Amino acid sequence: MSTLSEVLAAARAEGRAALIGYLPAGYPTVEDGAAAMTAMVEAGVDIIEVGLPYSDPLMDGPTIQAAVEVALQRRTSTEDVVSTVREVAKTGAPTLVMSYWNPVQRYGVRRFADELAGAGGAGVITPDLTPDEAGEWLGATDATGLDRIFLVAPSSTEARLRYTADHCRGFVYAASTMGVTGARASVGDAADRLVARTRAVTDLPVCVGLGVSDGAQAAEVASFADGVIVGSAFVRRLLDAPSAAAGRDAVAQLAGELAEGVRRGRRA
Amino acid sequence: MSTPDSTGHFGAFGGRFVPEALVAALDELTVAFEKAQADKAFQAELAGLLSSYTGRPTPITEAKRFSRHAGGARVLLKREDLNHTGSHKINNVLGQALLTREMGKTRVIAETGAGQHGVATATAAALLDLDCVVYMGEEDTQRQALNVARMRLLGAEVIPVTQGSRTLKDAINEAMRDWVTNVDTTHYLLGTVAGPHPFPLMVREFHRVIGDEARQQVLDLTGALPAAVAACVGGGSNAIGIFAAFIDDADVQLFGFEAGGDGVDTGRHAATLTGGSPGVLHGARSYLLQDEMGQTIASHSISAGLDYPGVGPEHAYLHETGRATYRPITDTQAMDAFALLCRTEGIIPAIESAHALAGALDVGKELGPDAVVLVNLSGRGDKDVDTAAKWFNVVSDDEIVASARATVEEPPQDSSGEGW
Repeated sequence: MSTLSEVLAAARAEGRAALIGYLPAGYPTVEDGAAAMTAMVEAGVDIIEVGLPYSDPLMDGPTIQAAVEVALQRRTSTEDVVSTVREVAKTGAPTLVMSYWNPVQRYGVRRFADELAGAGGAGVITPDLTPDEAGEWLGATDATGLDRIFLVAPSSTEARLRYTADHCRGFVYAASTMGVTGARASVGDAADRLVARTRAVTDLPVCVGLGVSDGAQAAEVASFADGVIVGSAFVRRLLDAPSAAAGRDAVAQLAGELAEGVRRGRRA
Repeated sequence: MSTPDSTGHFGAFGGRFVPEALVAALDELTVAFEKAQADKAFQAELAGLLSSYTGRPTPITEAKRFSRHAGGARVLLKREDLNHTGSHKINNVLGQALLTREMGKTRVIAETGAGQHGVATATAAALLDLDCVVYMGEEDTQRQALNVARMRLLGAEVIPVTQGSRTLKDAINEAMRDWVTNVDTTHYLLGTVAGPHPFPLMVREFHRVIGDEARQQVLDLTGALPAAVAACVGGGSNAIGIFAAFIDDADVQLFGFEAGGDGVDTGRHAATLTGGSPGVLHGARSYLLQDEMGQTIASHSISAGLDYPGVGPEHAYLHETGRATYRPITDTQAMDAFALLCRTEGIIPAIESAHALAGALDVGKELGPDAVVLVNLSGRGDKDVDTAAKWFNVVSDDEIVASARATVEEPPQDSSGEGW
């Protein structure tokens, strides 16, 4: 069983959802970004997603774009992403990478998988790669044992849900709403329905992302999902912080609030 | 030739690299497109619009005086510049706008660089009573203020994109984000043969009329097929449209002319096939301009319509198989050909199309006297008059700025009444 699966199973055994937190590598700097992720783990985040900065992030809203643009201006490289994973994985928390496909292909699919696994990475989330085009990726993740997480969406047909879940390992990422990343006032019923439809076709844990920004929403999502994924809200804290130290404190505070939320939202 | 395959692959290129949320919409679009291709009523309605609204068939014009500069070859111009809205773009836009209606959607979104595709989309949306939003890089909205005004006059909402490099590629990203959010009611009316399947296939088929007409027109005029076909390539829609009818004619050479900007060796260009490498951008595997990490590199060209760091996947396939030849044309070469066509034929071409003209001059010299070179004159140059005027110092920057400011700031009722 992978470290990712173990952590998800442990949370399930506690009767709660896992908390998954995202930050892009390289913001505000490579070192400070890794330190912020470490602080998130210490404050209650179970699993970390390290974003690989990309010039054309078409699944991301303005908050994540703003941080990623800064990371790219500072020439954050794929090697920096791997070193961030190495640093964060030292906490013991499963550490995933979230990457658009072109940087992986450009780096070399097998090389990317090998280096990530070597750094202690647990898996990869691919927002613009579906199993349809993933032949080489399936081979590389099988060879390295990395978990591979594809997304399902409210628009996915039952056949697509089954097909996608069959190719996932670790968990299935349920995109709660039709849209891009970013905080929303309400995550809504669509996520609940999507999780139920996904559970009907797979035994894998189903984690929900897109739109969760506070403890109350985390509790709501935690009442029906195996994991709650929060990205833009953490990034917003960093963007608004006057210093790297203040940013660390701010993301840790949010992590604490969300960690309390996923425990409050335990399934009845 | 049966490319692409059923999942949109042209050899190693094409396919779908998109968020899962868009897969259902792309499947729906594929089904609607295939149904429309076989639907006589749909085809008749589209053909009717192309003739009564767009003005098709467009003629071919033998450019006799221009040809003297092409080594004595006969240069024939396919006059897509004479289409309603000023370029070939309207062919595809009308087809997709009709499909939007067939799918029961009420809103179209589009990306635009120079504004030609945005204007064409706004036009079709007005005609078919669709809501229309056009995404345009903020930098382009400033460079092409007149086309922003045209779109707004036609009832479209123009949204300046302030993300990333604020140009065409970022406008495509923003349109994709809108689409994934509003896909129930909205069709993304993509303007070129790039993007995920079925766009490269569908847009090719809607532009195939260019090649089908031109092939017969050349046969009627000369009694034979042309020796070569030349077209400019940004995303590559006009080139695929004219190539499509000749791909199976092995003796007809196909030439795509990319925007060489300041020269490919300077790094400031948009010559994706000449100076780029394979990768994934905007939903398909093709060639693109990218750095060693896979980040997209900004392109440069005097021609806003060619200023794009990607290219349609079928061009990547034609490039790798050698069926078509792609060459860069610098800004200077293109503008020299632009001036030559103005002075020898009385036709002001779009600067995009001037790249094809410049390439044709070389191809003509290589092929020798009496070889027939068919050039796709994809658009007219009205939109480029201020760029060309600056390039050739016909009027000064200050004069252009003052004139533009006066046009924008002066209340219409206060302007003088001459002109029409």
